[in-house]
Amino acid sequence: MSKIQQINRRDFVKLFGLASGGIILGCNTTTVEKKFKPTISKDYFEPNLFIQIEKNGNITLIASRSEMGQGIRTSLASAIADELEADWDYISVKQAIGHEKYGNQNTDGSRSVRTKLEPMRKMGATAKLMLITAAAQKWNVAESVCKAENHHIINTQTNEKIFYGDLVENASQLEIPDEKTVQLKKVGDFKYIGKTLKSVDLKDFTHGTATYGIDVRIPNMKFAAVARCPVTFGTVKSFQKNNAEKVAGVENIIQIDRLKPPTGKFFGMLGGVAVIANNTWAAFQGKLALDIKWNKGENETFNSEEFKKTLTDRVHQVGKLVPGSHGNVNSAFKKAQQTIEATYHVPFLAHAPMEVPNATAWYQKDKIEVWAPVQDPQTARSELAHFFQIPVENITVNVTFLGGGFGRKSKSDFVVEAVAISKEIKAPVQVVWTREDDIQHSFYHATSTQYLKGGLDKNSKVTGWLQRVGFPSIVSSFKPLSDYASGFELGQGFTKNPYELQNFRLENVKAEANLRIGWLRSVVHIHSGFGINSFVDELAFAAKKDAVQFHLELIGKDRIIKGKSNYPYNSKRLKAVLNQTAKMANWGKKLPQNHGLGVAIHYSFYSYVATIVEVSVKNKNVKVENVWTTIDCGLALNKDNIKNQLEGATLFGMSLAMYGKISTENGAVEQHNFFDYQMTRIKDAPNIEIHIMDKMEEPPTGVGEPGVPVIAPAICNAIFNATGKRVRSLPLVDQGFA
Amino acid sequence: MKTDLIINKKTYTVEVQKDTPLLWVIRDIVGLTGTKFGCGVSQCGACSILLNGKLVKSCSTLVSEVAGKQIFTIEGTSENLEFLRQAWNAGNVPQCGYCQSGQLIAATSLLDKIEKPTDEDIDAVMSANICRCGTYSRIRKAIHKAVALKNKTL
Repeated sequence: MSKIQQINRRDFVKLFGLASGGIILGCNTTTVEKKFKPTISKDYFEPNLFIQIEKNGNITLIASRSEMGQGIRTSLASAIADELEADWDYISVKQAIGHEKYGNQNTDGSRSVRTKLEPMRKMGATAKLMLITAAAQKWNVAESVCKAENHHIINTQTNEKIFYGDLVENASQLEIPDEKTVQLKKVGDFKYIGKTLKSVDLKDFTHGTATYGIDVRIPNMKFAAVARCPVTFGTVKSFQKNNAEKVAGVENIIQIDRLKPPTGKFFGMLGGVAVIANNTWAAFQGKLALDIKWNKGENETFNSEEFKKTLTDRVHQVGKLVPGSHGNVNSAFKKAQQTIEATYHVPFLAHAPMEVPNATAWYQKDKIEVWAPVQDPQTARSELAHFFQIPVENITVNVTFLGGGFGRKSKSDFVVEAVAISKEIKAPVQVVWTREDDIQHSFYHATSTQYLKGGLDKNSKVTGWLQRVGFPSIVSSFKPLSDYASGFELGQGFTKNPYELQNFRLENVKAEANLRIGWLRSVVHIHSGFGINSFVDELAFAAKKDAVQFHLELIGKDRIIKGKSNYPYNSKRLKAVLNQTAKMANWGKKLPQNHGLGVAIHYSFYSYVATIVEVSVKNKNVKVENVWTTIDCGLALNKDNIKNQLEGATLFGMSLAMYGKISTENGAVEQHNFFDYQMTRIKDAPNIEIHIMDKMEEPPTGVGEPGVPVIAPAICNAIFNATGKRVRSLPLVDQGFA
Repeated sequence: MKTDLIINKKTYTVEVQKDTPLLWVIRDIVGLTGTKFGCGVSQCGACSILLNGKLVKSCSTLVSEVAGKQIFTIEGTSENLEFLRQAWNAGNVPQCGYCQSGQLIAATSLLDKIEKPTDEDIDAVMSANICRCGTYSRIRKAIHKAVALKNKTL
């Protein structure tokens, strides 16, 4: 059900601390509802998204999704402001707490705009209609002679106009109109949608006044750091705290035991020894001074280099057949003119958002309040209710700005820690992870190994495609002993292969998890994008064909494949982004010495992306010179923000291609901080040109993630083009490149 | 120890251990949270401040080294910082925004030293600052833009 309702103003003000005296609209949206039925209720309604128009004309919008750099606060605000014919200068955005009344708040999967755009537009349009009605009543004219324009209602007969703020009192007395009378604007009439709007948070971002989780300060709060076992799920055997206690500022040292999540949900916390102090630094120092003996447990034998070998052996043997395979690859290979085989590897990765995991919590007798940078505040809230046996309605999760998320802050283990400590010390506390904690105790992006075999006929057409993949499953974090990648993971680019293949066989091999596995920006598409695009480049080379042309032929004829979603795959759109990128890159141009071009395409989060990278390689020093990317993401809500996201995805992809590797020895992560888990820096940032396809009539699709999977394969293909050296195992620094 | 810190021209008297890094004194004791923690080991630049006009990482500067010196943070204002802020706005630079305090302070120090920095000058100074969101090309453009804005005004 999707509804717009007027909210009991007093309750609203109480809940959200907004100034009273205005029109307040709420909208409940779920992804399943099709119909939009505004209704009026005198009862308290707990809606999803809110508009409040005040008498001074200010408009406040409640953002239900977390802001972690993807610009969602601005994007959703612009949709509502557009339909409302609001002046952008009057718009401000307030962050929602975590509550199921907002519908799904889980900010991941590049789906906020995809699922929220239409409800937001309808809210704006409904509010506009009510303002028109209020003005028409004031002037005693028909509504049809009134129109909304730039924060005013205009009488088109007399050219009189009334400011929105001056209509608040009358409009708030009106019933909310029936959905049928609410009309959305036509694409050509958009004022903000599809244009460029700057972030609503720019001022705070440039003055240091945006409050991230780590910036929360509440009276009498303590600061805590936690020492966790270097081996995943190891426990404290014993510890000496004498030296830690001597650190000035340290007030308390306690053991916190692992909270193990129930099967199927939540994240729990690792446990360890917590040092509580009167400032963060003292807590960090106290933690270093602890002498802890660990029971390291069964993951102690986990060495990632050995695991790479194990996975490689497994993908070279027959695996489990994955549904969606079709045709007969063996017979295709027998008949083939030539067959090509290759094995690809991507290591474990950590998110390393600039703001480390942290949370501030205050556990009081029968209630909990937390302030935290979380992508999924509702799960955090439910999880706290589960572990601390406090009714969920007595738990408040305040969502701060996130200093980057990338999937790490979907997992609320750091929130659980803060509450566990607050409960013990009976005081508000902020837990701050060190960068080392972040790198060594993440929910890692899984390592993967994949084997591909392709058959080419005498016309160099691909007649058979075999792909065997192995990577520890995200499901293992929810259900131990999940030793095979799951269907939803394989659906990220493996089963939904974009090419037209007669004989296609996908196999899945065993891959145990010995680290906590999670999702990282673009998730399994990192593996599928790297393996498939690298292999197509190898096939094109073997076939002596131009790589762009080869991709286009493989994508095949124009076809639309309808899946379970409302977003069918359209091969024409994929070919179009590739052609556009090739044009931008001047593909086929004569290159300077030591330069190479590489191409990659990928369909993810229902968006189509093609990227071409130009590298120069001198003495194994790789410089990414230029990157051209085209995206077709349907309706482009905020163009400059989309460009910023794709520029960022380029750098995210470069960091993982060049440096990204988490390894373990005896179960412990070997990397520590940015000196050994490196990031691409400004000196290595390429020229980036982004093109957004003009598809304003199509529904919007993902933006935050789809730009990532193409980058590593395009770089590696460009290196091959420049040097003849094929990189099949990331990162590049491990292959002697710098 | 008891010490006076001069931050953005205002004096704060604090009682801290002398080996405490300035970052944590500014954030946890003085309560100015615009300066960010990113790595703790001078690798990311999120905690950049100016100390007597010189660019330093506050995570690796002890509070005992700064007595009587002018500390400048993102909460402060200067001619170059204001031009940079304007340029950051014009270029819609930030994504998550977390590293931008450090980026702006580093860029301020760059413009304080070099009136019209080249790309190489920008690389030399700004490569000490990590932006995980990857806003580098916008940062570069915004620094050039700030110079242009300043020249237009003069």
